[in-house]
Amino acid sequence: MKKVQNETFTQGSQAVYVKKTGWQKFGIYVRRYWQLYAMLALPLIYLLIFKYYPMHFITIAFKDYKFNKSVFEMPWASVKGQVDILKHFKAAMKPDFYSALRNTVTLNLLDLFFGFPAPIIFALILNELPFKRFKKFVQTVAYMPHFLSWVIIYGLVCILFQPDGPAGGVVNNLLVKNGLSIIPFLDDPTHWIGTYVMVGVWQSFGWGSIIYLAAIAGINPELYEAASVDGAGRLKKMWHITLPGIKSTIVVLLIMNIGGIVGGAFDRIYAMQNPIVLSVADTLSTFVYRIGLSSSYPKFEQTTAVGLFQSVVGLFFLLGANKISRKLGERGIW
Amino acid sequence: MKVKSVKTIIGDYIFVFLCVIVAVICLTPMISLLAKSLSSTKYLVAGEVFFLPKGLNFKAYAYVLKEEKYIRSFIWTVLLTVICTLVSLTITSFCAYPLIYDNLKGKKVINVLITFTMFFNAGMIPNYMLMKSLHFINNPLVLIVPSCLSIYNMIIMRSFFYGIPDSLRESAEMDGASFFKIFTNIYLPLSKPVYATLALFYAVGRWNGYTDALMYVNDEKLYPLQRYLYDILNSAKQVEASRLESQSVVGMAESMKDAVVMFSTIPILLVYPWLQRYFIAGATLGAVKE
Repeated sequence: MKKVQNETFTQGSQAVYVKKTGWQKFGIYVRRYWQLYAMLALPLIYLLIFKYYPMHFITIAFKDYKFNKSVFEMPWASVKGQVDILKHFKAAMKPDFYSALRNTVTLNLLDLFFGFPAPIIFALILNELPFKRFKKFVQTVAYMPHFLSWVIIYGLVCILFQPDGPAGGVVNNLLVKNGLSIIPFLDDPTHWIGTYVMVGVWQSFGWGSIIYLAAIAGINPELYEAASVDGAGRLKKMWHITLPGIKSTIVVLLIMNIGGIVGGAFDRIYAMQNPIVLSVADTLSTFVYRIGLSSSYPKFEQTTAVGLFQSVVGLFFLLGANKISRKLGERGIW
Repeated sequence: MKVKSVKTIIGDYIFVFLCVIVAVICLTPMISLLAKSLSSTKYLVAGEVFFLPKGLNFKAYAYVLKEEKYIRSFIWTVLLTVICTLVSLTITSFCAYPLIYDNLKGKKVINVLITFTMFFNAGMIPNYMLMKSLHFINNPLVLIVPSCLSIYNMIIMRSFFYGIPDSLRESAEMDGASFFKIFTNIYLPLSKPVYATLALFYAVGRWNGYTDALMYVNDEKLYPLQRYLYDILNSAKQVEASRLESQSVVGMAESMKDAVVMFSTIPILLVYPWLQRYFIAGATLGAVKE
């Protein structure tokens, strides 16, 4: 690309070198590039309004909320006239909060444990398939759940896993028909956790495998040939060539997953939970929604405090995981 | 030509078998849904419908098609999805394209601004306060504007733009084309795959999203389909729990519910297989380090 620079004008046969001042250079730069800035204006305004501006509302966590005042005018949180900016944090740290925190971490760890290896295994299996068209069919089918909304998935879960009887679940109706007792997939806390995690695996393993397949495609085929010459079998090649070949991809995705250990998609958990299993299904985000937005006496200060806690801890986990991966000699995510 | 050993062939078929199981697991719920939505209430109430429809009929679908509330929600969601996709693609391009110019002044600051939002979110309550102060509560704009730029998608698009040779735009610059013209005449036509991918991502995101409508909208007229579906699924549960209604009502509610779920799934099921070639590339691009 051409740089903005001092220009040379030609007058007659004599070249006259015109020295530009800083302002003139700036003028030329703007005249050249203004369109790019004009394009950027829209996304930047979006980011400022929808991502940065709401951050100042976080201070609500340290103030006493008054609905008729702006955030800046609200007084600092105080107990009996004594300013105590951590008041709402202390108030939020009740058993309900701890149980939500525990549930969030438990469900995310289970997701990580079952959901993380699933796409890797699936990609390894797909990679060994000899028939191209069959492979494509399996891929298309396996990507499908990723495109369903969590509401629809919950509808499917109901169809399969509800208790028996009219409008009952297919699985339990089959069990009853064969003289077996029903399994309370959705109504018993322990079973619900299992259902939740397995449905999560079902939804994401196909989509997750795309990235590993791409990484596998990037492995040098000569490695496989050399291994064949040395007499390595199929499983040996998977273990000693394919897996090491996608190691860095695995690490990057693991970091991102660990970074989200206190996060979690609200739409998934909110669609899947029901009042009977709330003791194990209430996560930080649904906790915030339940007592902050959907309650008739919303506790804005406390739930903002919980949200801030969640964001900050999540950020630390991400930074920490990134640092560890760099120490181990892998590339980080940035 | 190499001849496959018996061991290899057996191995092949073990993997094929595993894949068949995977495919069955993925498809079973959908098949069951279809079967139930097409079955007559008699068999549904008896709990005898599993994977094949019994007493095949289209009553549930006819019922759903007659319900004005549902049709309106469907049309509204289609409209919303189209608008959202167009707006999002425009803003995403406006963000991704200028950032491929390495000597753009202020690029570093902008990059930091953008990246930070990926790692730190203001949170649910501050976002709600924002919508309230913008008067976005119960406003159709709340379903369009707040989700119109996904940084993740922007990075996918930018990676794609980076893959287009610099020499193309440099020669256009020599000819005196403006940056906007270079974008519309060179980058847009060459970037169809990434636009197809991101259109799918944005459209699916809008079609499937219900949480924004849950938090910011309580006017039923503005409900997107999924939000409406969420209520149907949860009220159907109550019907079942109370058992006060006659069994046929329960059965009808059940098959209607299934028909609605099926209806709202079909558009996506029709579209995504055709775009598979593109979105595989798109999903991979996003993970490429900048």
